Amino acid sequence: MEYKGYMIIPGKWEIEYRYAAGEYATKFFKGLMEEKIYGVKCPSCRRVIVPPRKFCERCFVEPSEWIEVGPKGELVNFVIVYRKFHGLPDPPYAIGLIKLDGADDSILHFISEVDLSSPYRALKVLKPGVKLEAVWAEEKKGMILDIKYFKPIETG
Amino acid sequence: MVKQDVAVVGVGLTKMGRRYDSNHSELAWEAIKELFDKTTIWIDDVDAVVYGTMDPFDGIASPERWDSSAYGIARGAGKPLVKVTTGGTTGMSIALSAYYHVASGLYDIVLAVGTQKVTEPVEAQEVLNIAVDPLFDRHTGVGAIAVGAIQASAYYFDYNKKIEEYMAIVASKNRLNALRNPYSHLKLKVTPEEALMAPYLIWPIKLLDSCPSSDGSVAVLMASDKVARKIFDSPAWVSAVDYISDTYWFCCNKGLSFWNSLAILARRLYRKAGISDPKKQIDVFELYDAFTIQEILEYEALGLANKGEGWKLLEEEATYPYGDYPVNPSGGVLSTNPVGVTGLWRFAEAALQVMDNAGAHQVPNVDIALAHAWGGALQFHALALLSRERKLC
Ligand SMILES: [Zn+2]
Repeated sequence: MEYKGYMIIPGKWEIEYRYAAGEYATKFFKGLMEEKIYGVKCPSCRRVIVPPRKFCERCFVEPSEWIEVGPKGELVNFVIVYRKFHGLPDPPYAIGLIKLDGADDSILHFISEVDLSSPYRALKVLKPGVKLEAVWAEEKKGMILDIKYFKPIETG
Repeated sequence: MVKQDVAVVGVGLTKMGRRYDSNHSELAWEAIKELFDKTTIWIDDVDAVVYGTMDPFDGIASPERWDSSAYGIARGAGKPLVKVTTGGTTGMSIALSAYYHVASGLYDIVLAVGTQKVTEPVEAQEVLNIAVDPLFDRHTGVGAIAVGAIQASAYYFDYNKKIEEYMAIVASKNRLNALRNPYSHLKLKVTPEEALMAPYLIWPIKLLDSCPSSDGSVAVLMASDKVARKIFDSPAWVSAVDYISDTYWFCCNKGLSFWNSLAILARRLYRKAGISDPKKQIDVFELYDAFTIQEILEYEALGLANKGEGWKLLEEEATYPYGDYPVNPSGGVLSTNPVGVTGLWRFAEAALQVMDNAGAHQVPNVDIALAHAWGGALQFHALALLSRERKLC
C-alpha cells in the first residue's frame, strides 16, 4: 500500500492468552453454570458488590460473605450501539448497567428483546428503573456470557 | 513539597492527523526538532526525559525503545528516562511527572514528550476493547465511545432530554475553532444542525460528537526558577497540578451525569492555587472533550456552571473563543486525538496561551489557563494551572 508516495507496511498481532479468573470470579462463574448469580458483602460498608471481587475498594477490606443476587434487577442506564465494530456483535444492540435485586452496584451486560431500530422506539420501553431479568444461555461455559442478556420483564 | 518553582520554557508540536508520511520515531523527532529549533538551549542541556504513550495503539509494545534515540537519551552518557501510561490521562501524566522531577529539586531542565499513532490500528476501537477487563466487561466492547455514551444517556435521563442539541453545538464550536489551528487534525466547517443530523455511533453519541483517531507528537520543556528566564524570558509558570483516581467499576457511586471525581479535583486544585472564583480568574480552558457531552460535564465539574446546567453556557456562547470562558480554542480533542499525547497537548496549549504564542487561536489577555485530561474507565483526571505570574497568591 502507498499513501501519497509513502509506503505503508501491513501488520497484525495474533497473540493467544489464558486469563486467570482468580478466586472470586471463579466462584462467580461456577455459580453462573448453575444459573445462580453471586455477589459479596463488605463487612464494613455492608455493600453487596457484583461482580464479586477480593476487596471493597472503599473500605479496603476483604468481603465477609457470599450473597445470591438477581436474577431479576432494574436498569440503571443504557446505550444503543448502531455502528459495526470489529469483533463485536452486529448492530443494533443495547448495553446496560443493571442493578440486580439484592446488589448495591451494577453489572454491565446486553439488553435484548427490545425494538432497537431507533432510539425513539427503544426509549418507549427502556428507561432507568425498568425491571429486567437474566436470560440464560442453554449451554454454559463458565463465563459472563452464560447470561445471554437481560430482557424487560413483561408487566400487566 | 515543592522545592523549586517550575515553568514551561518551550513547546514543540507536530502537525496532527493521518501521518502516514512519517514512522513512529520520525514523528517523535519532528516534535523534538521543532522544540529545539525555537529554544536557546539544546538536547545536551536537558537533565532527564519523561516519555509517555498509550500502548498498544501503535501496534508496538513499549515504543520508547524505538523513539528514545529521537529524545536524545542515547547521546553521550545518556539521560534518565521515565515512561508513563495511564490511558487518556497519559499526556497529562507525562506533564505532571516532568513537573515533579523539577519541583522536587532533583533536576533543573526536563523534557516531557510523547508520540502516538492512533491511525495505525485499522480499527482503533479494537485497542480500546482490550483495555477493558477480560472477565466481566470485555464482551460488551465497552471501550471509549460506549463510556461517553453512558455519560450522555445518564445526562439525558437526569437533566435534559434535549441534550443532543447542545452536544451538537459543542461539536460545531470546537470544529470551527480547529480551522484556526494549523496543527489540528479535522478541518470541518460544520453547523450544529449538521452535527445533529449525523448518524448515531452509540446512542446518544453521533458521528460528530466523537473525536477522530489522530497521529501526533508533543514535546514540552520544563525548567526550574533558577534557569527558566535564561531560557525563555516570558515562560508559563506551572502554578498548581493535581491528579485524582476513582474506581474502575461502574458502580452506582461513580458520577455518570455529574463528574464527581473531577469536581473534587477542581476544588482541590483551586484551593491549592488560591483560585476563589474560577469563572473570573481563569482566562482560558483546554479540556479533554473526547465526546461532546464531556465538555458539558466538565463545565459543571470545573465550576463554570451549576450541576445539570452546563448546556446553558452554549446558549449564551460563553465558551466560544470570544465568550467569557473560552473552552478549547485550539479545537480540542474533538478535532484531534492522538490519545496518549492529547493531555500533553492540552498542557502545551494552556502554556502557549499564557506565553501569548498560540497563533491564530490566541485568546487575548490570558494570565491564567487550565489544562485537563481524563482517562481509564472514566476514572482518572489530571489538572494543571499555568500562569503568567510566578506566584498567584
Ligand atoms: Zn466496603
